[in-house]
This record gives sequence, structure tokens and C-alpha cells, in this order.
Amino acid sequence: MKSPYTETVLEHFRHPHNVGKIENADGKAQEGSPACGDMVAVYINVDEKTKVIEDVKFESYGCASNIATGSIITDLAKGKTIDEAKKISWKDASDALGGLPKIKAHCSVLAIEGLRSAIENYEERHGLVKDRKPTNIETVRTRLKKVMNPMAGLDLVRTELVEGISVKNGTVKVSISLPPDHQFAPAIKEEIMEKIEPLWDVNEVIVEFTD
Amino acid sequence: MLNENQVYMDNSAATRLDEKVLDAMRPYFFEQYAVATSEFAYSQGIEAGEALEGARTVLSGKLGGTPEEFIFTSGSTESSNIALKGMAMTAKKGKHLIISKIEDFPVLNSAKAMEKLGYSVTYLDVDGDGFIDLKTLEKVITDETFLVSIQHANQEIGTIQDIGAIGKICKEKGVPFHTDATHTFGRVPIDVKKVPVDLITVSAHTIHGPKGIGGLYIRKGTKLGKWMDGGFQEFDLRAGFENIPGAIGFARAIELITEEETEKLRQMRDHIIDRILSEIPDVTLNGHREKRLPQNANISFHYIEGESITLHLDMHGYAVNTGSACFSRSLEGSHVIFGIGGDHERAHGSIRFTFGRYNTMDEVDGIVDRLGEIADELRSISPLAPDKD
Repeated sequence: MKSPYTETVLEHFRHPHNVGKIENADGKAQEGSPACGDMVAVYINVDEKTKVIEDVKFESYGCASNIATGSIITDLAKGKTIDEAKKISWKDASDALGGLPKIKAHCSVLAIEGLRSAIENYEERHGLVKDRKPTNIETVRTRLKKVMNPMAGLDLVRTELVEGISVKNGTVKVSISLPPDHQFAPAIKEEIMEKIEPLWDVNEVIVEFTD
Repeated sequence: MLNENQVYMDNSAATRLDEKVLDAMRPYFFEQYAVATSEFAYSQGIEAGEALEGARTVLSGKLGGTPEEFIFTSGSTESSNIALKGMAMTAKKGKHLIISKIEDFPVLNSAKAMEKLGYSVTYLDVDGDGFIDLKTLEKVITDETFLVSIQHANQEIGTIQDIGAIGKICKEKGVPFHTDATHTFGRVPIDVKKVPVDLITVSAHTIHGPKGIGGLYIRKGTKLGKWMDGGFQEFDLRAGFENIPGAIGFARAIELITEEETEKLRQMRDHIIDRILSEIPDVTLNGHREKRLPQNANISFHYIEGESITLHLDMHGYAVNTGSACFSRSLEGSHVIFGIGGDHERAHGSIRFTFGRYNTMDEVDGIVDRLGEIADELRSISPLAPDKD
């Protein structure tokens, strides 16, 4: 058969490694949504003393590149310390797979983000976040860069859908320049909530659609 | 390369050429390769012209029309472009066009392009099966409406619109009616003597004919602007030397379709729908159960994504289509599944099976067996699938 994917990608797609959930995982995260057609969940168990990732599992709703990247990053992360694992890049994953089609970057980068977020989640839950900086507009903007605009396959910030951000007394307000009845509005709102709510000093998230 | 073990079930995208069609076309490449000339030119040109008119007679006759009412085009994309933009050129009444939300891209994107040029377009909603509402159609037609364009059957979910009733409404209101019959031509009859339709898009690529040839039926008296300028071919409506081998192949392809064959496709359709709905959990049939193309089945597999399903099927030798964003060039989920009220997951997980002359019932059983395994496997790794235990 003829395919845009390398033999290694197809092998990981056919037989993905480290698939499934870890019950009561030390750290876990979910990236993407059905709206953008791809979603990945990453679970990690970390040795408390050495900070080595002892077990890592993933689940995927997505295309072949999403599944294969999920599989390869679990291979790459297992046995590494969380600081080492944080540095695993999309390029590392792509190289280990023998290359990924460029157009599939947005489906495959989710797995990398999933791993990083799972580590972040571990750090937040284990009091390892060193300096608890107060949330500001920049923090929110950085997190919104991880929310996909499904129409473009790129994030909300880069596609200029974020009209305004305000942060006041633990309340974050985000205005998105789409009509409230837009087909993607509910999915985008849900993803924004998921990304902003875990911030340590945020009590309330309000998403407005203005167009 | 398609080999013996490979099964092609994407016949609404393209079909294998019937060898009898190729036999009919062959002389027009090597012997009678002259262009159709006027009857006062040389013999070869006169003969080519006669052959072309013979093909025109067959194809227009299939629709119940006369040869003067049928022009050849390069395919259904061009036919629909000519219908919409050609009617806009001669429209005296106004600049309002009506189409449905789930039209195929030639109509949908022609309408969007015309909007940018100052035309107003009404995109009619469809119900959960894909049908437009006739009462709504009646209401949205205004004195400004120059054309109603509603497809005969949907390219993805196969739903067949009641074009008789739509045509009747348009006729009463004095508005011309175009229908894209790309997927019904040869399989679901249209008789222009009974159905008041003014323009019909047809194509050879869906009926085991050659690619790159289509046609447009234009009812006598319909005032269509000339959109492709050049020579005086095709009743001075579409310039450019005719694709004579293509036209001959198109006519031969329509002659080769039989009712028995269409019935065979209908049985495959019913069999695949029945088996998947009864054997694989968490699936949704897209489109109406009966009022659908005889060669089309479209089913959404919940919790999993279409490109992964099609890739697994490809590895087993089966070629099918999906409404998933990942499969397409646009990276957008199917506008048809959204149009019938489906969510992202239903769009991304939809698989279209379209049958043709060379499919067998054994192949249908084979693909359903594989699908059951593939759905289990992909669901076992999906974060959306409910836990089994």
C-alpha cells in the first residue's frame, strides 16, 4: 500500500505502545478535543525520590499521526526524569518516527503537549511549582495558545480570535471574536475552561463570544 | 496499485472504467480523431460530428429530453458552475439564489463566490435525514430569486430529495430550477417530461465512464449566459473543441447500466447497513434508511476518528471515504454531517461506502468483519469510549 506515513509510524499505529489509563496516576492531562478531530490523554507515575517517570500510558482519539506520536512519546519518556521528559520536543518525536507529514503537525503536537501538561499536573499536585507567580494576562495568553481554533487547525492566539483578556481578583475573562451561536463556540469555550481553571489563583473563568 | 486483494468501495469518487466503454472510445483516439466540424467541411469532421450527436441523443434521451437540450462539459463541477453562473448572467429579476446547506462543493462554493460578487444566497437548512423543507422553500423564494439549485441526491449521505415537488414549487413561482444529479444519473431515473426541472448536472465518472466528461441538461427556453468564451461549440453555450472520445464513452457507460445491476447495489447497501447496525455497537446511520442512493451507505462510528478507520481498512485492502477533517484537503469536518445536526465526533467518525459494478457481496461481508475488529481496537485506546467493565 502507498501511504504518506513512514513504516515506523504505521508500525506504531498498528501496535501502539503503552496504551490505556493509569488508575490514580500521579499526573495526568488531556489535550485537544473532538472538535479539532484529535484528542490525547497522558498518565504518568513518578518516583518521588528520583523524579523518574516509572510508568506512562496514553489514550488517543485521532488520526494515525496522533496515535503514533502518543505511542512514541511514551517510549521516549519512560525512564527519564521529569525535567528530562519536559524537554522532549515534537522534532524528537518526529525524528524517532522517521518523520511526520507537515500537515499533520497539529494532530501530533498534542501528544507532546499532553506529556508536558501531565508533568505540570504532577508538579502542581505535589507542590513542586517553585515560584507561584500570580496569574496575569500573559499567563492566560500562553495557555490560550494551546486552545485550537478548529477552523484553522491553529491556536486561538495565532488566528487572532482572542479579542480581550482581563484578570481581576481571581476572575479571568476571555472574549472571543466569534458569534455565540457559532458551530465551534461550545467546544472552544470548554477547552478554554479546561486550560485556565487549574491555575492556582483562579476561582472563576468567564468566556464571552462577541461578534 | 490496485491488485486482486484490494477492494474499492469509493465509487462515488471514481469508478473503474468498463472495458466496453474503452472499446467504444478507442477508435476516436486513433482513427476518427478529427474535431467535429460543420457539415460543410471535410468527411472526417462530419463523421466526428455525427458521432458526437449520436452520444448527445443517447444521453439527453436518458433524461427524457431532446439532443438540443444537452451540452457536454468537462464534468459535474463545470456543469454546476455553468448552471449557477450562467443563469446569474442572464437574470433580469434579481440577484437572489437558493441552495441547500449540504450541496456538493461545485454548487456550494459557486454560491459562496457569487456572494462575494454581490449576490445574496439563501442556504436552506435540512432535517436530520438531509431533506429540505418544502414549505420553507416556498417562503424564501422572492421576486428577486433567479435560480433554485437543490441536489437530486447527496454525495455523502445519499439522501434523495423530492425533486418533483421542488420543481413544482419553482414552476409555480416562475423560478428556474437546477439539480445536481451527479450521483443519481443512471441509478435513480429522472424524466424531464414529468419533473419540472430546468437544468441537470450529470457526469460519467460515477457510472464506470471516463473521467473528465460531464453534461448539462438545459430545458428548451431556459436563458443561460455563455460563460466559457471561444468558439461556437455546444450550441454556442460552451466554447472549446468537444471531448469526442469522452462523449462516446459517456454515452456507452449510460447504456451499460441496467436495473438488475442497480438492484444488486441496493442489496449490498441494505446488507452492509443491516449488518453494521446489528453487529457493531455505538454507530449511527447517516441519511434516510430507504430514500437514499442505491449504491450508498454512510455510518458514523462513535468515539473513534475516520482517518484511523480508513487507514486500518487500507492496510486490509479496502478503500472507503470518510467525513473526517484529517482525511480531507481542507482539514474541515464534513459540512453534510454538521448540516444534518451531527456533532464533530459524528462528522469525524463517519465512513462512506459506495458500491459499483465490480463489488461483490463477499467483499461487503469482508469489510464488515474487519470493521468490527477495527472499531474494537480503536475504541480500546480512545479516551472518549466508555469503559467496558
